[in-house]
Amino acid sequence: MDETVAEYIRRTVLKIPRCQIMEMLTMWEFLSKTQLQTINVHQLKERISQAVVELCEVITSIVNDQIVSNSHNFVFTISGIFSCITGEETDSFNLADFKYKFKRSLRSALKNVTINFREYEDNAIWIRIAWGTQYTKPNQYKATYVVYHSQTPYVFISSLRSSIPLLCQALVHASNYHDIHEMELRSRCIDSLKDIVFKRYSQTFQTYHPRPLQERNVAPEKVDPRIIQENKREKERIQSVNQEIFGEGLQPKIEFAQYKLETMFKGEPEMDILTEKEPFRCVVKFSSPHLLEALKSLAPAGMADAPLSPLLTCIPQKARNYFKIKERKGILSASCLGP
Amino acid sequence: MSLVRPFDKLPTLNSAAILLVGTDESQQQQLAEAILKEKKNFKINIHVATSLPLPAERDHIRPRIDLIAFMINMQSKHSLRNVEASLSHMDANFFLGKVCFLITGVGRMNHCSVEMNAVRKLGNLYCSPVLFCELDSEGIRVATAQRLLRMLQICAGHMPGVSALFFSSLMKSSIDE
Repeated sequence: MDETVAEYIRRTVLKIPRCQIMEMLTMWEFLSKTQLQTINVHQLKERISQAVVELCEVITSIVNDQIVSNSHNFVFTISGIFSCITGEETDSFNLADFKYKFKRSLRSALKNVTINFREYEDNAIWIRIAWGTQYTKPNQYKATYVVYHSQTPYVFISSLRSSIPLLCQALVHASNYHDIHEMELRSRCIDSLKDIVFKRYSQTFQTYHPRPLQERNVAPEKVDPRIIQENKREKERIQSVNQEIFGEGLQPKIEFAQYKLETMFKGEPEMDILTEKEPFRCVVKFSSPHLLEALKSLAPAGMADAPLSPLLTCIPQKARNYFKIKERKGILSASCLGP
Repeated sequence: MSLVRPFDKLPTLNSAAILLVGTDESQQQQLAEAILKEKKNFKINIHVATSLPLPAERDHIRPRIDLIAFMINMQSKHSLRNVEASLSHMDANFFLGKVCFLITGVGRMNHCSVEMNAVRKLGNLYCSPVLFCELDSEGIRVATAQRLLRMLQICAGHMPGVSALFFSSLMKSSIDE
């Protein structure tokens, strides 16, 4: 077996946390059950990976795309394939055709690439690309993963790199679309990206007639009658406003929101160095393990007024978390513009 | 929306009422429970609000408020602004010893977004004592509850010979004489 492949398998097994090793190896499906049983999971990880490599020596064909199940470490970005389908697009998506065109398009530009495909049940095609240059072999450790749902005009790409224009060109060519452009939406959790873009999260609709809160199955809290809440109505208002903005269910998982400000500095008239000349450039970045849930709990926790600024609440709706804010002409407020 | 006045209602026999004003509801709840756990020989009512003025509909059932404690979290500018806005909705007679400021969150200096000067100025401006307490820790919470209870007793007039006006002596520092 090729040395680089052996090394690659060894390093991958080392990266997997110990509790998940057996699970992963079973999922990879290229070791039989008896072989799996011979691996002792309680020894040092190096020995485990060595054992796996030895077992794999026996098998001649190793398929690299089995490793895609380890996808939660990557930061995925989205590219939206822009605009409409041209005349050549046939109604039924032909997978073999797509693969062939993609490989051909990418290989014609760059000789040294490794491309692997894997299909999943929900029409998702995972493509793993390892890039190399004219003189070096493909670097298997820094592969780019592309997820394409054939029935949608969206593509999810992990770890943006310099070879992205090549990749986009190949995708456009293979899928018979017109053009491709990048959406300003990034996250570590690809399922959340899919939720936002395919509109699978619980959306809210604007209500013009405020209704009273519905009865919820909450057990009555044992509150001491000597503690009297004065602002019950205000709290209920905050809850209902929050519900209107964020909806009932769990929010999609996003880690960052970045706002690039290019607005004018509004300060005291004495500080005339900064006013009126050039926009004051500054970047505000919000980060959290689960940003949208954190924003949802700000008003009930008393840390912000409800309703929150629309710049924060429009993230799932507009499907972006990287914003550029420019001065709106005439009115002194910030508006949300495209890149 | 009604203005809270210190002397417009008759006091009830052997009871006192304290009003906690602040944005952090869970902290207020914890402090209220700590106050209730303390041993006392009078009836106590704890009113919890996020801001003043208080809603007018409950005015007729509300007892006379003897002590108002404003809770400011040093890590949140929002809480300071909220308290400053509420202070303008109070009757001036309250500031004769019936108001105090509880400051939390000073323990983690690098997370503070409110300056110490701002808080000290607030205390000076409104002639009211400023108490620093970390309500997250059990011991300090109990100590603060005991202090507040003592102040409440004095403000409600349960201590003969001692009045709320004496609290201004808590604010004099020995340096400026």
